[in-house]
Amino acid sequence: MKGTNLGEFEELVLLTIAALMEEAYSVSICDEIERITERKIKLGVVHSVLNRLEKKGYVQSHLGEATKVRGGRRKRFFTVTHAGKATLHKVKEQRDQLWNLIPEFTMKLV
Amino acid sequence: MKTEKTHLPPKWAERVLEWYCRPGVLEDLQGDLHEFFDRNLENKGPFRAKVNYVIDVVKFMRPYTVKKLEILDNITTFIMFKNYFKTSIRSIGRNKLFSAINVIGLAISMSVCLLMISFLSEVFSYDNFHVDKDRMYRIMTSNQFLQEDPSDFASTSVLVGKRLQEEVPGIESSVIMRRNFGGDAKIGDKTIPISGIWAGEGFFDVFKAFPLIQGNPETALKEPYSIVLTEEAAVKLFGDEDPMGKIIQLRSENSYTVTGIVQKPPHNSHFTFETLGSFITYENERKKNSTGNYWISWNDIWSNYVYMVLEPNTSASQVNAALKAIQDEENAKNDRVNNYVKLQSIGAIMPGPDLSNNIGKSMNTSILWLLSGLTFIVILCAGFNYTNLSIARSLRRAKEVGVRKVVGASRKQVFSQFIVEAIIISLISLVFATLLFYVIKPEFLNLDGEIQEVAKIQTTPTLFIYFFVFSIVIGIMAGFFPAVFLSKLKAVKVLKDAGSTTLFKKINMRKVLIVVQFTLSLAFIISATIGYRQYKYALAFDLGFKTENVLNVRLSGNDANTVANAFRSIPEVTEISKSLMIPSIGNRYGNTLKYDDPMDSVTLYYNIIDENYIPLMDHDLVAGTNFESRPEQEKEEVIIVNEQVLKRFNIGTPDEAIGKQIQLGGGTNGNKVRIIGVVKDFHYAKISDGIKSFGFRYRPGEYDYLNLKINTNDIVGTMDKLKSAWLDIDDVHEFSAMFYDERIERAYSEFSVMFTIVGFLAFITISLAALGLLGMAVYTAETRLKEISIRKVLGATEGSLIKLLARGFMWLLIIAALIAVPATYFLFDSVVLAQSVNRISIGIIELMSGVVVIFAIGFLTIGSQTLKAAKSNPAETLRTE
Repeated sequence: MKGTNLGEFEELVLLTIAALMEEAYSVSICDEIERITERKIKLGVVHSVLNRLEKKGYVQSHLGEATKVRGGRRKRFFTVTHAGKATLHKVKEQRDQLWNLIPEFTMKLV
Repeated sequence: MKTEKTHLPPKWAERVLEWYCRPGVLEDLQGDLHEFFDRNLENKGPFRAKVNYVIDVVKFMRPYTVKKLEILDNITTFIMFKNYFKTSIRSIGRNKLFSAINVIGLAISMSVCLLMISFLSEVFSYDNFHVDKDRMYRIMTSNQFLQEDPSDFASTSVLVGKRLQEEVPGIESSVIMRRNFGGDAKIGDKTIPISGIWAGEGFFDVFKAFPLIQGNPETALKEPYSIVLTEEAAVKLFGDEDPMGKIIQLRSENSYTVTGIVQKPPHNSHFTFETLGSFITYENERKKNSTGNYWISWNDIWSNYVYMVLEPNTSASQVNAALKAIQDEENAKNDRVNNYVKLQSIGAIMPGPDLSNNIGKSMNTSILWLLSGLTFIVILCAGFNYTNLSIARSLRRAKEVGVRKVVGASRKQVFSQFIVEAIIISLISLVFATLLFYVIKPEFLNLDGEIQEVAKIQTTPTLFIYFFVFSIVIGIMAGFFPAVFLSKLKAVKVLKDAGSTTLFKKINMRKVLIVVQFTLSLAFIISATIGYRQYKYALAFDLGFKTENVLNVRLSGNDANTVANAFRSIPEVTEISKSLMIPSIGNRYGNTLKYDDPMDSVTLYYNIIDENYIPLMDHDLVAGTNFESRPEQEKEEVIIVNEQVLKRFNIGTPDEAIGKQIQLGGGTNGNKVRIIGVVKDFHYAKISDGIKSFGFRYRPGEYDYLNLKINTNDIVGTMDKLKSAWLDIDDVHEFSAMFYDERIERAYSEFSVMFTIVGFLAFITISLAALGLLGMAVYTAETRLKEISIRKVLGATEGSLIKLLARGFMWLLIIAALIAVPATYFLFDSVVLAQSVNRISIGIIELMSGVVVIFAIGFLTIGSQTLKAAKSNPAETLRTE
């Protein structure tokens, strides 16, 4: 079921891309996740996840304009596809359903 | 911000990334890494940044970044091979004329290359059979008299050999050898001439590849009067009997004992021998004779050889340093002559530098270079033909390439297809070339005695492997340019407007190749002409004396008078004289000559003659008289010198010189002689050398040759008579006689060999160039057939059409001539013939004859094709339009 399943980190990356909108490329995604989760994120991991997401059809990529930084290399920008958005919604729905099943007091103990 | 610009990620790591990374992923990945690098640069400093970059490059080697494995491509190529093969064969079959031109050209030139390959592989196989050949050396000597140019000798002094054995560490084994052992061996009442070398005790330690079949290698050459025979020699001397321990009477009746039987040295040993005499015998004999210690002196470097095997951990430079110490010490004792000794590796002897007094065969490395260079030019020309014709015809193949590319062939695959085609052509040529090789092989070997002595050119399986590899290499080289050109074609362009010549605009290379080809052919023809003229010139040159009808007979140790008396009874022999040597064929005898000043000396080249020699050879006596016949004489008193001697010592006019005393021989044992005659200068050495001081000496008993003036119409009959007269006196040695003119012809055989080889190669290159031109002319005529027809319909004459078509080619020929003629002239005028004193002057005839030939051939080839095209009926060609 590789095609449909969304791993935890994949979900995180997908959400970040959606949040960053036009500015989502590997390094900025990496930075953003680091900022939110306060975890050390490796570029390599992000890279392979992006590659996987693209294969699954959740994101699309295009090369941007060449700039003077990065040794003159272009950035590869990512956008979430329709399928990606649908999957994100589905995941959120599933989570919300589960949240609704939990009685309020259980959580208060945390 | 400055640091960012000065610090960049490591170049090599970037290259690694480029190497493994898939092109689609590469750019942004590189960018990302660069961005991180810049960040690290600011936070952690340049070193950490670079290290991290490298680590990242390695870490990013993941399945999705790494390129698809190329093996897959290769497998496709392999699968496609059958298809390539089939299309190639079809294309070759379809264009019979072009394929034939290519195959014939390649086959002819390849046969020459095959010959060269087999010759070279044989020459380089010399001395390879030796055990420890990497540690085997001999001592070579450079001999310098005063400040003259030193000359290099393969031989050295006995002294240096002795001192090497005693003083120099790190020598595993060594041996001193000397030429000219041998003579007439007497066994019972049989006399058989044998040849051989003197060899010291260590001989079999150094040359382990010459194994003893019988006898003890430790002791075989230890005792005086020991002799070791090769198997052949043993059979020659003793037949089927066991030769071990037998006695041989040799060299003034000394009894030698056979102490060993050795295997015959292989053909590819730089020296061979029939017998080996123990060196200690020579030493003892020399010690007994009171002729002085010259034989063991530092200056007797003429006939001795020192070979050695170094210990594994000793280097040649260590031994060279030790030799230099010895050399400096010994040279300090001499004031006039300096000998410089150094090691020569056994692998560098054959082929090797040009040395005098070689112990056996030698082949100059520069000759090999020359031959290989010429052969390379020939194969280059054939390759040019292939390249030219293939590119020219690529117009027709362009569509095929287009379709292939559309269907999905990569550039590499198209490339390999055309390489395969070239290799197929080249392999077909190899078959014909091998046949031709067997035809020209005997011709080559018969060119010159020297070649025959050095090489046998046996065809071995390894040789055929070389041939095969060679033809594949040739195929790749010839097919390279067409393959590059065709694989570069863009599918869309080709398919959209095939036939448009715009695709082929840039192929001026074809013209360049044609010019190069014709330049080379021209250079070859001119060289051959000049070589031939110089050879003829040398033969017809006025040497200063007459050589017609003079037959030189080698005495082979017999008494000159006895033989002369025997010949005198033959009526065809009109005159007889005696001499030590035969001048003008390259050999020289020399001695030191002085006049007034004891410090001023010169080398006098001489011949020892009798009183009949000068009239027989028709030498011109400028002043004084000939020798008078004196049967025996105690002391040499008189001499006849040439004019150069007078000039050298300022003795004055020839008449004044008569009666003057000069001293022969240096040092204390010099001998004063009186000049009784002056002979006009003549060429005693080869005509390429100048004339220096020369003298005729009169020393009865020291003759090696009889010079017979023959007057006969029946040469064969006379020779038979002479031979039978010879056999009455000596039935051991063969009757060895040769006419003087023939000897001279042989002495200049290097010229004849040179012009034969160059002439042959010239013929081949011309044929190749003509073939190539023919192909191009046919092609041009074919492609422009419609144009020609239209021009014809519009009223062009045949003449003007020929002019139109031929003009382009003729221009190329003219350019080739403009390059080749001055270049060849310069080459011969200032390089090849520059050192020769007597030489032809290179004139218009030599230079232009080649040009005329090339133009004639070129015009015929182009003319015939263009004429055919011009004559064609326009209705036929235009009908299909």
